[in-house]
Amino acid sequence: QEMEDKVISPEKVEEAKLKARYPHLGQKPGGSDFLRKRLQKGQKYFDSGDYNMAKAKMKNKQLPAAAPDKTEVTGDHIPTPQDLPQRKPSLVASKLAG
Amino acid sequence: ADIISTVEFNHTGELLATGDKGGRVVIFQREPESKNEPYNQGEYNVYSTFQSHEPEFDYLKSLEIEEKINKIKWLPQQNAAHSLLSTNVVFSFKDKTIKLWKITERDKRPEGYNLKDEEGKLKDLSTVTSLQVPVLKPMDLMVEVTPRRIFANGHTYHVNSISVNSDCETYMSADDLRINLWHLAITDRSFNIVDIKPANMEDLTEVITASEFHPHHCNLFVYSSSKGSLRLCDMRASALCDKHSKLYEEPEDPSNRSFFSEIISSVSDVKFSHSGRYMLTRDYLTVKVWDLNMETKPVETYQVHDYLRSKLCSLYENDCIFDKFECAWNGSDSVIMTGAYNNFFRMFDRNTKRDVTLEASRESSKPRAILKPRRVCVGGKRRKDDISVDSLDFTKKILHTAWHPTENIIAIAATNNLYIFQDKVNSEMH
Repeated sequence: QEMEDKVISPEKVEEAKLKARYPHLGQKPGGSDFLRKRLQKGQKYFDSGDYNMAKAKMKNKQLPAAAPDKTEVTGDHIPTPQDLPQRKPSLVASKLAG
Repeated sequence: ADIISTVEFNHTGELLATGDKGGRVVIFQREPESKNEPYNQGEYNVYSTFQSHEPEFDYLKSLEIEEKINKIKWLPQQNAAHSLLSTNVVFSFKDKTIKLWKITERDKRPEGYNLKDEEGKLKDLSTVTSLQVPVLKPMDLMVEVTPRRIFANGHTYHVNSISVNSDCETYMSADDLRINLWHLAITDRSFNIVDIKPANMEDLTEVITASEFHPHHCNLFVYSSSKGSLRLCDMRASALCDKHSKLYEEPEDPSNRSFFSEIISSVSDVKFSHSGRYMLTRDYLTVKVWDLNMETKPVETYQVHDYLRSKLCSLYENDCIFDKFECAWNGSDSVIMTGAYNNFFRMFDRNTKRDVTLEASRESSKPRAILKPRRVCVGGKRRKDDISVDSLDFTKKILHTAWHPTENIIAIAATNNLYIFQDKVNSEMH
């Protein structure tokens, strides 16, 4: 009698893990939504109009603070100048030059 | 210091340029070898630094434009080595703007002007009684960097590569959906040579990930896609090279297909061999060598870190699966190199089929010490000094590496540190 060993590829195991955690994940990762998000990647938006309106509306309330390690400011959170990453002054000498 | 985002040797290997996320370029120069100080021979020291790009704010679109330098490419040196002013020209680009810089050395200065005094002030002409010919006197080497051209507004999407043509007159820049051809002297116009933007963005299925001109044939270039294919295009065929001359694609095994298949097949870098006969591609788990004459599959495939296949779920969650690693050939096209995680980098010898894993970190490399090969253990017997897959540090990634054009010298960018390794034993190429 021969036992048939069925080897499941590690990739498929990982895929099953992912689908278990995110059941609403789309079938195809390479779809246009995914790629379009990739095209937008890295851009940070600051809308002065939204910012001023939010400031006026929430005079007495605390503005929702962004998580300290978040690099993308999206959604309901209105970015404030403090939330945008600090710009390093360009006159700082590079350590490589030291 | 800022995170290094690109490393590139010039055509002779005498100069090494690095760009960082702060928009700064640092150029190193190799010290000429001298008999007096044999230990200092061939070491790289800082030659010049300058700010290439400033942070900008696009007021029209309320967009912050980051100043990170994506790539630096050198132009071949035009002037003779022993002239008064030797020039090197270098490109840098970030986001959507490409800048061309001219680097000039000055080691002599004229003295003895007739009309000006030592400080440059105009002389009282009544005191000038005779004429003298200014002479050139040696001075401390001064390196001047000036922006010569700014090629702006050629791209709607982020530029991922630039490549100088072998004709030394044109170069191309590629973004996610388009490739433009520029003339080095013309900044206000470029020709679009590839456009894969669909009429309806909902039909978008793949993007351009990297592109490069052929090293010898000025009419040929290649571009890679997020689906793992390569397209070789001939500019003689038509003005718009949407139709490829050759399509290089490895057929996929449908039974092995998973959610991750397409993501890990995306080509993050493509490099022609120095011979022009082969192309090297890097995708998430492998490096592949393609023969220009064979479109059906690569001629060689090397596993960079196959043990990550069983970690794809978490690598997708922490975005590491989208990391873009570069790859490099050595000068004789016999060895290929690419970076990995945990500050490891890998080298594959195409002839002996041997490979090695090395580490770029302060703890493991003292100056002039020999690098010890590292090993990642994947279960089973674990030797001393092995690292297990679960202890790998995925924040320490070596994305950018460069190999000297002729010698066994490599430059490795590990986050914000630059490592230069030399193979003193085998300094000749095999």
